[in-house]
Amino acid sequence: MADAPPMFEARDLARHFDVSRPLLQRMVAREGRRTLKAVDGISFDIPKGRTLSLVGESGCGKSTVARLAVGLYTPTAGSVRFDGRDLGAARASADQRRRMQMIFQDPYASLNPRWRVKNIVAEPIRAFGLVTTKAEEEMRVAELLTQVGLSPLDGDKFPHEFSGGQRQRISIARALSSNPEFLVCDEPTSALDVSVQAQILNLMKELQQRLGLTFLFISHNLAVVRQVSDRIGVMYLGRLAELAPAESLFRRPRHPYTRALMEAIPDLEMTGRDRIPVGGEVPSPITPPSGCAFHPRCPLAQDRCKRERPEMKSAGGAMVACHAVEEGRDDAMPMPAIARDAA
Amino acid sequence: MSNAAPLLEVRNLRVEFPTRRGTLVALDDVSFSISPGEVLGVVGESGAGKSMTGAAIIGLLEPPGRIAKGQILLDGRRIDNLRYEQMRRIRGKEIGAIFQDPLTTLNPLYTVGRQLTETMTTHLPIGPAEARRRAIEWLEMVGIPAAAQRIDSYPHEFSGGMRQRVVIALALCAEPRLIVADEPTTALDVSIQAQVIALLKRLAREKGTAMMLVTHDMGVIAETADRVAVMYAGRVAEIGPVREVVKHANHPYSAGLMASIPPLDRRVERLAQIDGAMPRLSAIPRGCAYNPRCPKVFSRCADERPDLLDAGTTRAACWLYALEAPHG
Repeated sequence: MADAPPMFEARDLARHFDVSRPLLQRMVAREGRRTLKAVDGISFDIPKGRTLSLVGESGCGKSTVARLAVGLYTPTAGSVRFDGRDLGAARASADQRRRMQMIFQDPYASLNPRWRVKNIVAEPIRAFGLVTTKAEEEMRVAELLTQVGLSPLDGDKFPHEFSGGQRQRISIARALSSNPEFLVCDEPTSALDVSVQAQILNLMKELQQRLGLTFLFISHNLAVVRQVSDRIGVMYLGRLAELAPAESLFRRPRHPYTRALMEAIPDLEMTGRDRIPVGGEVPSPITPPSGCAFHPRCPLAQDRCKRERPEMKSAGGAMVACHAVEEGRDDAMPMPAIARDAA
Repeated sequence: MSNAAPLLEVRNLRVEFPTRRGTLVALDDVSFSISPGEVLGVVGESGAGKSMTGAAIIGLLEPPGRIAKGQILLDGRRIDNLRYEQMRRIRGKEIGAIFQDPLTTLNPLYTVGRQLTETMTTHLPIGPAEARRRAIEWLEMVGIPAAAQRIDSYPHEFSGGMRQRVVIALALCAEPRLIVADEPTTALDVSIQAQVIALLKRLAREKGTAMMLVTHDMGVIAETADRVAVMYAGRVAEIGPVREVVKHANHPYSAGLMASIPPLDRRVERLAQIDGAMPRLSAIPRGCAYNPRCPKVFSRCADERPDLLDAGTTRAACWLYALEAPHG
C-alpha cells in the first residue's frame, strides 16, 4: 500500500452548506441558520497509479468529495493535497488543473449537444495550449478517439448520434486529452446498461494500466467497486465508516454499516433467497443523529454510540470508526453472506 | 404455480411507430403469460422494448405508437382493443402500475391520503371513512412509520424512498390482480430497495397478485422473479425459470448479458463484455437481430429470424435450438 508516495491526500476534509431559509422566513418562524454537513472530516490518500473508491447511499457525501477533489468546491475545513501541493486555499494553477480531470455520471448532460465531438475532445487541448498547430490537434483527437474505442471519423458527429456508452467514451477521451495523471470518476457507469458498463469498466482499467493513471472512483455499486478498486472507503452521512484494502473489506467487513450494506445488495446468487434489508431510513444530513450517525439503525448500538462520535481507528488492516469494533463487540453481528462464502 | 390458468396473456404483440421515414417496429411478435401469484421479470438493455411492453399492457402507449398486431388478454378477455374509458376503469381496478419516478406519479397538490382514498372509492364499493381506514392500513403495510399522522402529508414531505412506497400503496390499494412495475426500485438506495422488494414479494405470495417486473437490475430479478423474459431489439430472446436464465442461459445474448454483470463475490481481471451495441429500431439486422454480435453465429442466423424454440430448460429464439441444427 505504501509502495508509492500518495498522489492525492485528503486530510480532515469538510464541506458544509448553508441551507437556511431566507432571513425573513427565519425571523417569522424564529429559527436559526441550518447547516448541511455534506462532508464532515474525512481523510484518505491514494498512491500513484492506484484506485480508491468511495461507496455509500445517496446523500452520504461521496459526490461532494469528488467535487472537492478537483477543486469544484473549496473545502470548509481540512485540506486536499495533490502531488504534495495544497489545493485548498488558492485557485489551482493551470498545471494542476491539467493534471486532474473528471468524468461525470450522466453522459447525456455532460457533453455540449451543439458541439461536434472533435471540438468537445479538443477543448482541454486548446484551453491548456498543449499543441501549436491545427494538424497536431487533429492528430491528437484522432488518437484519443481511437484510444477509447471510437473511430477518428466519429469526431465530425454530434453527441446525439451516439448511445450512452459511446458518449461515456467521448467523456473519457475528453478527460484524457490534457494528459492527466489523476481522474475523478463520479458514478461513471451508473447511467449505463450492464453490458455497456462492462465495456467502460474494462476500458478504464486498460487505460489505467497503460497510462499509469490514479483514480478516485465514486459509486453506489459495491460489485462495480470490487472490480476496480485497490482501497475502498465506505461513507455514511458525510463521514467515513470504514476504509480498507478492497479484498479485505469484502472478506472481513468490520463496520456494522458495511456489513448491513453488503447483506442488502441483491445478487445473482440470490435466486429464491430473501435478503436482509437494513432497517430504517438514511437520516437527514441536516439533523444527523447524535454520536455515531449510524446508531439508530445499528444492531450493536449502545449508550456510548449515542453520546460519543467514533473516530477512525485501526482495526486489523482496516480503519474503522465504530465503538463496537474498538471494544471487540462486533462479533455479535454476523458477517454478510458474501464474506462468509469467501471464508 | 404456472399450472394455474394465466391471468395475463400477451400473444404475438407488435407495436409500431409510424414516422416520416417509414414505420418503426418497436415490439415484434412478443408473447408471454403470467399466472396469478407469479412474478415475471423482464430484462434487457435500454431500448429493448421492456417498458414499451408494460405500456402496451396498461394501455398507455405514447402516440403515435400503436398496437399493430396481436392480442393482450386479461383473464381471457381482450383488453388491447378497448376504448379509453373502458380501459381507464380496468387500470387501477384490475391492473396497477408502478413507475420509476415517484415524483411524477403522485399529484403534488393532493395529500397522499386523498390520493389513496380517491383511488379506493373510485374502484371499490366502499365509502370515504372506510377508504381512509384502509389507506392508513396500506401506508403501514408499505412501511410508512406513523401512518395515521402522515396520511395528511403532501408528497413533498416524504423522502424519495417513502414516496416510492406511497406510489406502491397507491398501485395496490384498489387490489388489482396484475401489477406492472417499471423499474420500481431503480431510484432507491439499496437498503430501501430491499424493503420495497420484500413488500412486493410478500404481496405476490399472500394475495396471489401477478406481477410484471421490468428492470435492468439483474440482482433484483434474481431475488424476486419466478420466470424471466430477456428482451433484445423489440423481441423476446429467451424466457424461462429465473434460475435457469440467470445461471445457464441458452440464448447467446442472455448468456453474454449475465456474464457482463460484475460479480460481487470475487474480483475478475476483465469483465466479459458484449462488443458493439444494440441496433437502433431503424436498423435492425435481417435474420436474428443479435447475429452481428453473436459469438455463435452461423449462416442461417443472417437469413431467417428464429421464433422461440424449446431449448430444454428455457425457450430461446435462437437457431442453435432448431431440431435440424448443424453439427459442430
